[in-house]
Amino acid sequence: MTPPQSLPLLAIDDLHVTFSTRRGLVEAVRGVSFSVAAGETLGVVGESGSGKSVTAFAVTRLLDASGRVSQGRIRFAGEDITKASSKQLRRLHGAAISMIFQNPRGALNPIRTVGQQIADAIMAHEPISSAEGRARALELLKAVLIREPEKRLDAYPHELSGGMCQRVMIAMAIACAPKLLIADEPTTGLDVTTQKTVMDLLSKITAERGMAMILITHDLGLASRYCQRVCVMEQGKVVEEAQPLALFSAPQHPYTKRLVAASPTATSTIADLAPEALAPSAVSHSPHPEEAAPAAVSKDGLVVSEPPGASFEPKPAASPQDEGSGKTKPAPGTPLLLEVQNLVKRYDRGVVAVNDVSFAIRAGESLGLVGESGSGKSTISRLVCRLIDASEGEILFDGQAIGTLPARDFHRSPLRKDIQIVFQDPTDSLNPRFNAFDCIAHPLRRLLNMKDGAALTARVSECAERAGLPSSLLERFPHQLSGGQKARVGIARAIACRPRLLILDEPTAALDVSVQAVILQLLDRLRREDDLALLFVSHDLNVVRMMCERTVVMQNGQIVEQGESLALFAAPQTEYARTLLEAVLHLGGPTAR
Amino acid sequence: MSQLSTTAKRAGWRFASSLPALFGVLVFTFLLMRVLPGDPAVFFASGPSAGKEEIEMIRKQMGLDKPVPEQLLRYLGDIGSGNLGRSLTTGQPVLADLKSRLPASLELTFSALLIALLTAIPLGVAAALRQGSWVDHLVRFICALGVCVPTFVSGLLLIYAFYYLLGLAPDPTGRVDIFTSLPPRATGFLLIDFALAGDWEGWRAAAAQLVLPAMTMALFVVAPLARITRAAMLASLGSDFVRTARSLGLPPRKVIVTYALRNALLPVLTIAGIVFSTMLGANVLVEKVFSWPGVASYALDALLSSDYAPVQGFVLLMASIFVVVNLTVDVLYGIADPRVSVE
Repeated sequence: MTPPQSLPLLAIDDLHVTFSTRRGLVEAVRGVSFSVAAGETLGVVGESGSGKSVTAFAVTRLLDASGRVSQGRIRFAGEDITKASSKQLRRLHGAAISMIFQNPRGALNPIRTVGQQIADAIMAHEPISSAEGRARALELLKAVLIREPEKRLDAYPHELSGGMCQRVMIAMAIACAPKLLIADEPTTGLDVTTQKTVMDLLSKITAERGMAMILITHDLGLASRYCQRVCVMEQGKVVEEAQPLALFSAPQHPYTKRLVAASPTATSTIADLAPEALAPSAVSHSPHPEEAAPAAVSKDGLVVSEPPGASFEPKPAASPQDEGSGKTKPAPGTPLLLEVQNLVKRYDRGVVAVNDVSFAIRAGESLGLVGESGSGKSTISRLVCRLIDASEGEILFDGQAIGTLPARDFHRSPLRKDIQIVFQDPTDSLNPRFNAFDCIAHPLRRLLNMKDGAALTARVSECAERAGLPSSLLERFPHQLSGGQKARVGIARAIACRPRLLILDEPTAALDVSVQAVILQLLDRLRREDDLALLFVSHDLNVVRMMCERTVVMQNGQIVEQGESLALFAAPQTEYARTLLEAVLHLGGPTAR
Repeated sequence: MSQLSTTAKRAGWRFASSLPALFGVLVFTFLLMRVLPGDPAVFFASGPSAGKEEIEMIRKQMGLDKPVPEQLLRYLGDIGSGNLGRSLTTGQPVLADLKSRLPASLELTFSALLIALLTAIPLGVAAALRQGSWVDHLVRFICALGVCVPTFVSGLLLIYAFYYLLGLAPDPTGRVDIFTSLPPRATGFLLIDFALAGDWEGWRAAAAQLVLPAMTMALFVVAPLARITRAAMLASLGSDFVRTARSLGLPPRKVIVTYALRNALLPVLTIAGIVFSTMLGANVLVEKVFSWPGVASYALDALLSSDYAPVQGFVLLMASIFVVVNLTVDVLYGIADPRVSVE
């Protein structure tokens, strides 16, 4: 602990940041105040649009040209840096305050070796020769525990994995021993196990070197595990600030409560996540363009129809029998809907993405597919959806072999409408020139040969309604919809032809937790209503545990373990599954330090 | 070293895959020349009074009495043995004509491209750094001007200003004035040959002759190069890695040059290759205005007098140069961008 001191390292006082946009001035940060003591780790959590990243960029004065600090003060070591000249700022950057960014690969110069880039960071502040710079870069690579640091020195960013790129980024950020490190979503997009090693490294380095850290994240679990204090931000304001254990076990502000409830934990059920979402009228017909609208509803106490078992406090460990609404097991005698036998997918140059994989899904059953990136789970989802051809093996759907039909001809198969897919990125998977109506009508026109008319309109409206998309939004184009609304369009499109098997490839990975909660509930409801079978691909183990009866764990293209979700998550049999599970962060769980 | 070998492999593959296109160009121009109106035999007969027998004899001499497929086969056979035919206007073998004239065109084009790049890149960078300011608008204006004034107009204007009014430039007739003695021919590039011979006075004379035509051509291609530099520079200035460089306090020069500009030059390189190939063929107007003894004006003269062989030779030459330029750009790109060799 640092001794009590009168002067914090960083003090932000009533900060306002405005952006000038085509539609006039937009205030992204509206009166934020907090402080960070030397050596302290402060978490800033909130959903997209809450202004947490803008605050960080305001502190480092790296805002876009259109944004500026319109009010308030940022004092670093007693000095107001909102008025610092660009020369003063250059001396601060890297040497006193440095930043780590989301998407580490993009944050590194693609055509410069990582050794040179680290040396650049040092030489910006210290007059050393390039040979010395190289030696120091090597030391730093060792400090961030990169394997074979001598070899990595001359590697380009594209030759390194995402986790390694983030380590390089950390090496650059700590190169000149700054007092404050701002980490903006440092592990978003990384695998759970990589996330854990990177975060452990960050907390080790900051502790060793006495650096303060501001950890900006949307992941409450991450904040609760690694921070000494957490600020919750909503719409440009800090709504609550406390120690993580207190904050997450007894949240005070309604927004914090909703956020905590929406975060999947080791014991939560689908129904726990967002109780108010079960009152569909409150959610889907909200005129507010953002999914965040339900917050206002619960704030006003309008939610009366709380389902049993849904409470804001994290529940004590639920017994395995207490399943909530998440699971309805198909009867044992249900026939197999999908059978995958010895599936192999090889790419050029001997890359085997999927290696001898077999599993089965019963009608109405939900199967989870988990594993790290590169484990082959997305390839399997594309193989089963018949978007790509398998190199070997059988895919049986309803007893018929569909693996033999070439993927490019499968759209003519009558089974095409029975197997549909929801993609990871809700934006990229919608045609930007189609409005929501056309997106949903597309499969109906193509696969069911429906002609424009009342029948098609009725069908599309029905699908949209079932996916919780207000019919007033059907005329809008993807760029006019929020992330959650786009996800709903994708789901409505996938269920339009009433498939029997729905493949979900990381359907909520790009969404905020509160939106994710609503979408998961929606999927679960659709599944029960239609007796849909789900193949649920995800890297989020908590989500899979809630959504799926059975889970398949993949590693390097092979299945390492499969079984009933509850049993598997309670007592994993293999070392790999155990590692994966241990890397999952739980809200208010035992802290690492 | 593995990067070198993959680059070489890629270049070899690229070259091999462009051979069919080259062959197609050959056949196409051959047929096109046969379809064009105008009988070369009539044109090359002794005069308007030439009798039927004389024309018939010339036809036979030129092989024009044979069926077209046979003519094509003989043509291909000739090319295979390095014989591009003989120009009827100059009386020289086409290969020799092209050899003596190509360096003039290349020297002009290279100089023009160099001037264009040296102008366009700073302009594009300046426009990107001050996006929306008067600098940006000025650059846009200069680019628009360069594109919308045809080269024969801008060439004549430059001659008018620098030769007639100011008297700074030498008279715009050819590569050197008649009083300068030519250096011994080593490369055909006068600037290089003069430098090799150590004749700096001659070098200056040749350079003075070169400046105006090169500027005329450069003016025309500054626009695309400056625009692409500006766009690429804006993209890389807004990229995450430039933000990283700024967050680490790198000096502004280093951020702009080493981080932003080097990445922005990758698309500029691609465009420069295309621009170069286009200039080489399209500079006929400049060559005409400045009486430059290049290949393009040679081909135009031949075309106007229905002289098949030089035109076909010229087209083949241009196609080959296009292939070589693309190849060079490809190799350079592979060296400049380490990501390419992985794909």
